[in-house]
Amino acid sequence: MNRKLSALMLGTALALAAGTGAFAGDKVVKIGVLNDMSGLYADLAGPGSVIAAQMAVEDSGLTKKGWKIDVISADHQNKPDIGVNIARQWIDVDKVDVLADVPTSSVALAVSNLAQEKNSILLDSGAGTSDLTNKACTPNTIHWTYDTYTLAHGTGTALTKAGGNTWFFLTADYAFGAAIERDTTAAVTAAGGKVVGGVKHPLNTADFSSFLLQAQASKAKVIGLANAGGDTVNAIKQAAEFGITSGGQKLASLLMFVSDVHALGLQTAKGLNLTETFYWDLNDGTRAFSKRFQDRMKNHAMPTMVQAGVYSSLLHYFKALDSLGENPHDGAKMVAKMKTMPTDDPVFGKGSIEPNGRVLHPAYLFEVKSPAESKGPWDYYKLVATIPANEAFTPLDKSTCPLLKK
Amino acid sequence: MSVITDNSTPASSGRGIRDEMVAFVIMAALLATVPFTGIYPFFVMQALCFALFACAFNLLIGYGGLLSFGHAMFLGTAGYFTAHALKVWGVSPEIGIVVGTAGACALSVVTGWISIRRQGIYFAMITLALSQLVFFVYLQTPFTHGEDGIQGIPQGMLFGLFDLSKPTTLYYVILVAFLLAFLLIFRAINSPFGEVLKAIRENEPRAVSLGYKADQYKLMAFILSGTLSGFAGSLKVFVAQNASLTDVHWTMSGEIVLMALIGGLGTVFGPVVGAFIIVAMQQYLAGFGQWVTVIQGAIFVICVLTFRRGIVGEIAALFKRSL
Amino acid sequence: MQALYAQLLVGLINGSFYALLSLGLAVIFGMLNIINFAHGALYMMGAFCAYFLLNGLGLNYWYALVIAPVAVGIFGMVLERTLLKWLAGLDHLYGLLLTFGIALIIQGVFQNYFGSSGLPYAIPPQLQGGMNLGFMFLPIYRGWVVVFSLVVCLATWYLIERTRLGAYLRAATENPNLVRAFGINVPRMITLTYGLGIGLAALAGVLSAPINQVRPLMGADLIIVVFAVVVIGGMGSIMGSVITGFALGVVEGLTKYFYPEASNTVVFVLMVLVLLVKPTGLTGRAT
Repeated sequence: MNRKLSALMLGTALALAAGTGAFAGDKVVKIGVLNDMSGLYADLAGPGSVIAAQMAVEDSGLTKKGWKIDVISADHQNKPDIGVNIARQWIDVDKVDVLADVPTSSVALAVSNLAQEKNSILLDSGAGTSDLTNKACTPNTIHWTYDTYTLAHGTGTALTKAGGNTWFFLTADYAFGAAIERDTTAAVTAAGGKVVGGVKHPLNTADFSSFLLQAQASKAKVIGLANAGGDTVNAIKQAAEFGITSGGQKLASLLMFVSDVHALGLQTAKGLNLTETFYWDLNDGTRAFSKRFQDRMKNHAMPTMVQAGVYSSLLHYFKALDSLGENPHDGAKMVAKMKTMPTDDPVFGKGSIEPNGRVLHPAYLFEVKSPAESKGPWDYYKLVATIPANEAFTPLDKSTCPLLKK
Repeated sequence: MSVITDNSTPASSGRGIRDEMVAFVIMAALLATVPFTGIYPFFVMQALCFALFACAFNLLIGYGGLLSFGHAMFLGTAGYFTAHALKVWGVSPEIGIVVGTAGACALSVVTGWISIRRQGIYFAMITLALSQLVFFVYLQTPFTHGEDGIQGIPQGMLFGLFDLSKPTTLYYVILVAFLLAFLLIFRAINSPFGEVLKAIRENEPRAVSLGYKADQYKLMAFILSGTLSGFAGSLKVFVAQNASLTDVHWTMSGEIVLMALIGGLGTVFGPVVGAFIIVAMQQYLAGFGQWVTVIQGAIFVICVLTFRRGIVGEIAALFKRSL
Repeated sequence: MQALYAQLLVGLINGSFYALLSLGLAVIFGMLNIINFAHGALYMMGAFCAYFLLNGLGLNYWYALVIAPVAVGIFGMVLERTLLKWLAGLDHLYGLLLTFGIALIIQGVFQNYFGSSGLPYAIPPQLQGGMNLGFMFLPIYRGWVVVFSLVVCLATWYLIERTRLGAYLRAATENPNLVRAFGINVPRMITLTYGLGIGLAALAGVLSAPINQVRPLMGADLIIVVFAVVVIGGMGSIMGSVITGFALGVVEGLTKYFYPEASNTVVFVLMVLVLLVKPTGLTGRAT
């Protein structure tokens, strides 16, 4: 206690001497929410993540303890160049301590590199690439909400165990699609299922009919959609049209968010299986958070798991700050401190952070309700299975993170 | 048929060249002082890469009369090649740049050979379609890592002497490369080759009747333009330290047209001015999200309807100088 | 073999969108000498218009099929009157640049207000369900799209090639001054033609709304493929652009079956081949 106090005093003295607000050891924090504010991921991250960040600041109670915390935000437009430029300027000029959210794999990986170079912090919630905690891991990045492993294993394992033991894949023909198909195949086979076929489709396909015809002919019980965004939405919509779901085949979307279900409408999305690590209607904690969140959103949307992850990750960061009593302005040190503390908040429950920066918490396999089952707006999911944290994320001994090599 | 550039260029007149050289020296001096001004150097470096890209693009439209709507393919190709060479093969920066530029050069030979068969809007549509083809190829080939892109590219030591991971060193290396390429373009425009090109642009049948092989000249201009665009793409890798699909997408091709248009098609300095304006706009209006697209669209409309000469073209016309 | 028939049929469906869009481009190009880069954005507006009619005014798909093309067509005519007409006499490339700018504005505004993930639009109840053709399950709506767009394409062809109005149009393209001398209001005809071309794009948008998600960028990538279709077919003839549109849809459908990896690029590769053999396009005249 005494040491902390003297360190604080020294810090304050130095800060005064240097005549700047941001110097080693003060109570000034700047958070930068960097995400897609207007494009493809604006609904699942976007302005909602900024609201989530502000809620985390308020709920941390740090401002009452004399901390000065600012949240700024910008739109990286899903372009790595722009993302890195903004982040670099934030760190160099605006003295931002934490970069939060950062969806879109290419931007997240680029920003993660930068965060290491500048000894800053990246708390990633929006990006899916499991590389962030594998070969591209850094001591400055924590990957919070989900990754492609979670989605593949959650959906693949749980659905196969629930009887969907033959699979056919519709895979987007690029790195992301291939990775998620590979991971899901592994999970399906491990759970005793069989992949009977698959077809690669180009990115941004408007017409899925010829691929759906092949999926239909395969007679597989589950059609796995290893694609994202508009492709997934179009595939689901057209699957309904070709009578695939009514013919008894299940659709499993390997990357989908509650905002996408909202955009599709229950009539089209009903019966769809998907994995998320957060849903607003899971328990009292999530409901209370989501209600407050919804009241602040202009369009009264419920939080997505990405937005909830921004809230939760920052809350944990503030806890670590609180326990240190000051902001060391040292990214690697902060991240190391965060890793030593178990995570616990009303949104994701109890969890932990692995040495590679991966946050462990449970994941959930959901099925989308039919319009008749839904009691009202945003009542979209029913829980099919809970996937325990140790199954939802890459086991540590399989992680290719260089930090783990002792 | 009227020609797209209203900026008539009486370039070879002695006074014109003198004006342009003076402007060049002023520009070089201004840019050289940037690191001492407190202006964020990464912003200027990025703008310089785009300025070079825009100048290379302008060479084709301004002096060859050919509007390419697919120039991003050269920028992106060189970026990917350089990034791959640096990261996977571990070559030195100068070799990386050579690999990238050579890749863009090879691509421009093939695409140029195909696309100069048509002119005007057909040429624009063909280059757009070709670049979309290239985009899909990069999306699917493994070495580009799809939408993850190539990340964390080492900057290395240029010629074993200059440490490019130091921002100031990198800045001057980029600046020197930009100025050299700019002089090369300037030289090409004022060479006999450039004169023939202009003659073809103004009146192709006449140039052909004078014995010039128009297609060969157009192809040469296309290759020069594509290669220099690639050079810009290779340089950009050292600034951004990544190579991604953004640089091959058609929106990038559109942006480069906009940069040249707003600065002044067919002017020597216009593309530089245009690049700085658009890069600054993207940087400082990033908070406005999609409104940036709307603003860009509006600039297109305003430029086409009211000042087709672009900013530099209008200024030059005002002072009756060529810039 | 059965699968092949299915893929052929599926290809025709895609082809009908290419045909409607490239037909609109050809009509506009013939009259205005402008390559309308905003075509994709206006196609998107057609789909959004259908969405608004349903959710705002309660007017169903069948109303949308008529109202959306007219409404978007009028919007197009306003664009022509206020912006495009100032380009008369300038290099055609300015038309391309101007319409590219217009496309960016329209798409940007829609993205701001509706995000990118899009809005749902259901298949009209009369066209839901499907038929089992023996070799495939054909959703009735798909069949409707093919038949309806064929009818529209043929009607447009008839209008331009076989009616008096069409004759004026073709004449005005060749020699506007002469036609004006006959007392015909050429600027008005230009405006109407632009409206017609835009209306066709909006109609394609309405047709696609129940199949694809209604998204601000739904037309952005499509228009590039349609450009390639236009380069392949040449813009010299109405019938040429329709046939090329359908044919390329089929080729693309077959590629999706035999070698799906290339289905995104096949149209562009074909374009390169055609350019190498016959640079003016299959039906095009030398320009």
